[in-house]
Amino acid sequence: MSQASISQRGRDWFHALCGQASLQQGLPPSLLVADGELAGQPARYVAVVADPENPFVRARHGEVGLLEGWALAATIDAAVDADQQHAHKRAIVAIIDVPSQAYGRREEAYGIHQALAAAAAAYARARLAGHPVIGLIVGKAMSGAFLAHGYQANRLLALNDAGVMVHAMGKQAAARITLRTVEELEKLAASIAPMAYDIASYASLGLLWRLLKAEQPDQPTPADVQLVHTALTEALRDIQADPQPDLRQRLHGEHRQATRQVRALLQQQWTQNGG
Amino acid sequence: MSHRQDITCLLQGHSFIELSARERAHSLLDAGSSRELAGPFDRQYSPWLSAQGIVAQADDGVVICKGLLDGQPAVVAAIEGGFQGGSLGEVGGAKLACALELAAADNRQSIPTRAVILFETGGVRLQEANLGLAAIAEIHSAIADLSRYQPVVGIIAGTVGCFGGMSIAAGMCSYLIVTREARLGLNGPQVIEQEAGMAEYDSRNRPFIWSLTGGEQRQACGLADALVEDDTPLIRQQLLDFIACGLPAEPRHRRSQHMLQRLLTMDSTTQADAASARQLFQSGARP
Repeated sequence: MSQASISQRGRDWFHALCGQASLQQGLPPSLLVADGELAGQPARYVAVVADPENPFVRARHGEVGLLEGWALAATIDAAVDADQQHAHKRAIVAIIDVPSQAYGRREEAYGIHQALAAAAAAYARARLAGHPVIGLIVGKAMSGAFLAHGYQANRLLALNDAGVMVHAMGKQAAARITLRTVEELEKLAASIAPMAYDIASYASLGLLWRLLKAEQPDQPTPADVQLVHTALTEALRDIQADPQPDLRQRLHGEHRQATRQVRALLQQQWTQNGG
Repeated sequence: MSHRQDITCLLQGHSFIELSARERAHSLLDAGSSRELAGPFDRQYSPWLSAQGIVAQADDGVVICKGLLDGQPAVVAAIEGGFQGGSLGEVGGAKLACALELAAADNRQSIPTRAVILFETGGVRLQEANLGLAAIAEIHSAIADLSRYQPVVGIIAGTVGCFGGMSIAAGMCSYLIVTREARLGLNGPQVIEQEAGMAEYDSRNRPFIWSLTGGEQRQACGLADALVEDDTPLIRQQLLDFIACGLPAEPRHRRSQHMLQRLLTMDSTTQADAASARQLFQSGARP
């Protein structure tokens, strides 16, 4: 059994970035949502944070659980619906510090996969509808939690820090499932870039648009906030200048050569022989 | 039925579960129309497995077949549960994502290509962890895109089931077909047991696991649309019926307000069982 420690990063960066904007009401306390601005344009900021009183006990350390998945979907869908008639769609900034999805019996029984599907679908729908969606990774971005909160963004940014981590599964569980020891797993991770747990290895996969060096990721200084704010602004401009609302910008990484090769092959064969 | 009749019935049946991913894909498309893309003779091996002492496979466990369904252009993406637990790595994930993207691109050029996904997967291949996860995010994106034009139909037949990031993909499909052998859940039993303990989830208690995540329970909860026998013609007919229905009026994943209210007002202190799950979902139509 592993016990997650509670991170405050998501909450701290959320408040640092949206300043005086008031929190949206009617959502579970584990979801922080505020409508603020970015580069003078309307923007909705969204963070999943720990709620020690969460009615679902397996989701009290900031995990994305049943309530968080459906609430993310509700708040993103609401923004898309509200802006449906507007030519200018508000930006959505996902502040990502999620240790994992919630692991529990209630979660499986009550369809946590569907809750996370709702969140991922809502983010993807927002992006396809023309909302600039930016994912800012300030802490952990693990597995299903990240798929539900942020991985559908047009652009992903991350802080370059040891506390920032993207992965499919925690080390203990990954070792058990692949029938390895944790030591063996760590040894492999040192030479196999997609298995590594550090953010520099992740960056080599080409999935990040930008890596940012903040001085104090745990307690952002005014200079840190300025740095991130500038990067978010540039990401917004980059998205707005891009005619494609898809994820192709992520395909250029040094360690995604096989991806490009098989995609090119499939594309070429798709239209052969009259389809 | 007598014992003899049972055996005759079994011998004459056309099990879908017993088919490989490639046979499943061919069996669903119109006879003679199926053509495999980026197939095993193209030798697209995972670049990461051999470095870890694992034998790679020339199709990386994902079979993409293009053809016709009821005379209309279609693509079937089938995951082979027999290779590395149906896990998705860089190459297999890219094949699946790209096939769905090309189907969506067809629709933007007035070619009504529809897609079927045969889920038999534990989710991310942990030996290619972050590249599997990235490919699954791209699959999610492609389903969201394509399902604006055409229904995307998911089939979980068994026996591997559908877990991890791919269970999220299943939850994004327009329609989902399951058998009694199928399981659908975010976290595999072993992982939950590892993270939360055996009292929370006993990974060896198979009746318990099927009672919560099995195909019959998921269909009863509205988390799947059809429960069918393990029979290839029946599964194919159900697939054609759903495609004929067109896009669903309200996809499962768009009921967030309803589900949020239900979850906030339910008793979450009591441990869950199959009955409490059915109660949650049935007390307000399908989720």
